[in-house]
Amino acid sequence: MQDLAEIQARFEAAGYITEHGLALAVGLADELRRPLLIEGEAGVGKTAVAKAMADAFGRVLIRLQCYEGLDINSAVYEWNYQRQLMTIKLYENEHHSPQEVQHEIFSEEYLLKRPLLRAICMSEAPVLLIDEIDRADEEFEAYLLEVLSDYQISVPELGTITAISKPCVILTSNATRELSDALRRRCLYYYLPFPSYEKELRIVTIRVPEVSRKLACQVVSFVQSLRTQDLRKKPGIAETLDWTAALLGLRISSLDDDAEKVAQSLMCLLKTRQDQMAADAETVQRLIAQSVAAADASAQ
Amino acid sequence: MPPRNDRRMGSGAVPRLVTLAASSDSGRNDPASGASAVIEHDPRTDSSDIAARIFAFARFVRASGLPIGISENVDAARVAEICGVTDRERLRWGLRSLFCKTRDDFERFDELFDRFWSTDEAKTKVAVIEGRGRGVRGAVTDRDAGGTAVNEATDGLAAGSGTTQSGASTREGIARQDFRHFTQEEELHALAALVERLAMRIRRRAMHRLEISKSGKRLDFRTTIRRSLPYGGVPLKPAFRLHKRRQTTLVLLLDVSGSMNLYSMLFLRFARAITRAFDRVEVFLFHTSLVRITEALAEHSIDRMKQSMEVISAGWAGGTRIGASIAELNERYAARVLSGQPIVIIVSDGLDTGPPAQLTQELRELRRRARRLVWLNPLLGRKGYAPTAKGMSAALPYLDAFLPAHNLASLEALEPYLVSL
Repeated sequence: MQDLAEIQARFEAAGYITEHGLALAVGLADELRRPLLIEGEAGVGKTAVAKAMADAFGRVLIRLQCYEGLDINSAVYEWNYQRQLMTIKLYENEHHSPQEVQHEIFSEEYLLKRPLLRAICMSEAPVLLIDEIDRADEEFEAYLLEVLSDYQISVPELGTITAISKPCVILTSNATRELSDALRRRCLYYYLPFPSYEKELRIVTIRVPEVSRKLACQVVSFVQSLRTQDLRKKPGIAETLDWTAALLGLRISSLDDDAEKVAQSLMCLLKTRQDQMAADAETVQRLIAQSVAAADASAQ
Repeated sequence: MPPRNDRRMGSGAVPRLVTLAASSDSGRNDPASGASAVIEHDPRTDSSDIAARIFAFARFVRASGLPIGISENVDAARVAEICGVTDRERLRWGLRSLFCKTRDDFERFDELFDRFWSTDEAKTKVAVIEGRGRGVRGAVTDRDAGGTAVNEATDGLAAGSGTTQSGASTREGIARQDFRHFTQEEELHALAALVERLAMRIRRRAMHRLEISKSGKRLDFRTTIRRSLPYGGVPLKPAFRLHKRRQTTLVLLLDVSGSMNLYSMLFLRFARAITRAFDRVEVFLFHTSLVRITEALAEHSIDRMKQSMEVISAGWAGGTRIGASIAELNERYAARVLSGQPIVIIVSDGLDTGPPAQLTQELRELRRRARRLVWLNPLLGRKGYAPTAKGMSAALPYLDAFLPAHNLASLEALEPYLVSL
């Protein structure tokens, strides 16, 4: 396994700040070739882990987005029916035995590879991201379990295809549905919480380099305390970055500059009507005052 | 952090561990983690001792309820090898990712890790682990090499097999135990989680059944031929006829009078988890009058749901008026909620203070509209209870089923009434 600090440095170069624990989990997933299941609230950067991993290790990223009703045809493989029919038509006038035709149209050339099969057929191990696995149906989960334990896929007409190189698999879940114990047992696990103040500050300064340190401190401190409020949808890291960019666009250099503009720009953070109502002017003013004071304190 | 090239995968696991243990002093100067050595280096310590400790730790974690299987045990040795056993934090993170499978596990792990290794460190000769208040004694002596150490570790540490057995019987006990015997906060928490899991299982089976019954797919030959014309008669776009699936609504009426509060709350969580198997779920609370709380059920957080429900039911006093509450349902909500022959489940102890005549009349009305009317009475599970209360005995003739709902086993027995209609 690569050195922990090395992994972290590479992730940082890919624009992703990791904790030691996560870096180690990623390293272990790579070393043991066990899938890594990452859970956490929306917007904490679960999907980004896979992207950063692909960048950091110089691998191809193959992404499978799960949704309700996802089936084997769109996740694993499908025959190219149109092409098969065309071939049959073309062969009609020539003299071929049915066996020959059959052999021809069920060859690999006519196979449309969907993400899972593609990941298995790569000669260099890719990073396979199976995003929001909790949204897929239980049947698909069971199928996935089979693929993840043997790294092989069987196509009835063609035979079994075994992985040339085992892909590094990252699964993410928002816990909208309880995953099966069997799948959990197969995986390594990491729970990704909302970032700490220091971590989020680093993320903001790396991703939005043009922001002043003062504003960055204020923004992060504000978002951190907003998360402790009773909200339906807590703002994630993406929201923090959006808001920072929005504030820059509004030419605000400190949160106490223009209270009205700042209050309006909160649409970047609060995404439901109830949350917007919960964060009334008074609360917002209090939070702004707090974060300005906190940023001043940390600057000194 | 100094480069760890020397920690790369070796071919033989055991000799590798020895060298790591021997070089523990250099590993301890690690500035990033500031960790102390997990395993005190002792010249007499055998290499298998380290493997045995990791193995013992796996047993310990497993006895604490984390699902550790054989593959985790196998990989634990590799994790220890990759992470290096001399750096406590690295080992912690590595084993945490391997052993934990849920967020709860993840949050509990640190404590387990500290408890095991600190005891282990403080007393290298004899490690005493307090296992679930029973004070199980475990001994790992450094003079015993190989197999003996493993044996003693397994015997001692939380007494592996013994715990598993008692664990199984405890689970059996929990399934049969009346909900009211659970009083501690964390017990209720665990119970609620169990109730939800049970509901999830039933739901999974229910949905599976729907899938099969849905596969009454028939080829619509006429349309298929018509559609094949542009493709020279090749049926590229076949058309199917689907059997129209019957819409199922579940209507829940929950009694929230003082005596019923606990049962209703647990049943509500059960219902909430099972929701997806139905097209629609409508929930009402009643006590002296009826309140519709379907929206509250859609709340994401359980605590918030509980809060809004407590607000609703606060300030209600006096006896339970079941008849009047059902009358309200029949009058105010019939068109919206009771259309399409729902399954109606009433959860109540049947201690009605209203006139029995009203209850019978309203139940007859409700029965007419419902596909199935089920009454769950937690008292039914108690010894010596007979439904002799005026209201309850009056209601019996109108019910499709009269069942207990006082423990997990009785909730599980509900399945046939919820699915396969």
